Amino acid sequence: MHDVKKVNVMEGILDENDHIAAHVNEKLSKNGILCVNVMGAPGAGKTTTLKNLIRRLDGLVAYVIEGDIESDIDTQELLGLGIQAYQINTFGACHLDAPMVESMVDSIDLGRNSILFIENIGNLVCPAEFSIGEHVKMLVASVTEGSDKPYKYPLAFEKADMIVLNKVDLRPYVDFDEEFFMKGVRALNKDAMVFKTSGKSGEGFKEAAAWLSWKAGQACNGNQHHGR
Amino acid sequence: MHEYPITQQIIKIAEKHCLLAQSGSVKKISLVVGDCSGLVGDSIDMYFRAISEGSLCEGAMLEIERIEPKLRCPSCGALFKRKPMSFACPECEADGQPTEIGKEFYIKEIEVE
Repeated sequence: MHDVKKVNVMEGILDENDHIAAHVNEKLSKNGILCVNVMGAPGAGKTTTLKNLIRRLDGLVAYVIEGDIESDIDTQELLGLGIQAYQINTFGACHLDAPMVESMVDSIDLGRNSILFIENIGNLVCPAEFSIGEHVKMLVASVTEGSDKPYKYPLAFEKADMIVLNKVDLRPYVDFDEEFFMKGVRALNKDAMVFKTSGKSGEGFKEAAAWLSWKAGQACNGNQHHGR
Repeated sequence: MHEYPITQQIIKIAEKHCLLAQSGSVKKISLVVGDCSGLVGDSIDMYFRAISEGSLCEGAMLEIERIEPKLRCPSCGALFKRKPMSFACPECEADGQPTEIGKEFYIKEIEVE
């Protein structure tokens, strides 16, 4: 009979993903490319937010990697608007991970000093758990989802560097308690920038685009930081 | 929701350390899983039985230590478990802030033969 022995491991299950994410981040940083991981529930308005932001980026070239379980509807729409967009289909997986993103980033030609948006799978849970090489985690929430979301899905709000509260034009028609929402956001995250926007009217996107342009400017000067 | 690929990764790490220890099979894997890690222990256990077949981990016992998430009160310093729909400290009512307690997700040790 063989002896049973204990082996001390202490290895994170996501260490390999995080290592690849750091590699992607380093590669993009070297080229002055700001990488934004766009997270949010299905229907929060992630693609609409991207369309509104990109047209206000004032000469900064933007690229989009669209993550979807199936279909390329959003990619086709962005391409139709003249936006350089690329599709990742996960065929069931609930989030993008770093190896998927690395493979796509390695296969496309990204210009220097630009901004790369990666629209994650519509899901308020899993995308927050996986780094994909981003410098900025952008969370798109909307008033129609309800003001309790920071309390129910705390990790996404905790990890965000930037929160876009979308569909504010619908506030008169829904019971959205903004004070309760912001109390939850600030308990979890003291530093995230919060922008109130409407994909319908365009309200709020000028300010959000200006902040991203400033972050991209930092990227060009090599002052980027990894996302949380 | 993503326990299948995660379980594959657990098996890959355990096999690597088993081989490093110059052993032939894994008998036990001790996992530490924070309740805020987003991973469900029962699902990992279910997938583990199926995926580990034919690997060095086949038949291994999977032991999962769960860690309850804790917030830290910025006012009085108390560590506490939050109540649903609230972040308030039970001691002083100030809103607690997130900590890393409850986000753990790692293999602590394995037993090999």
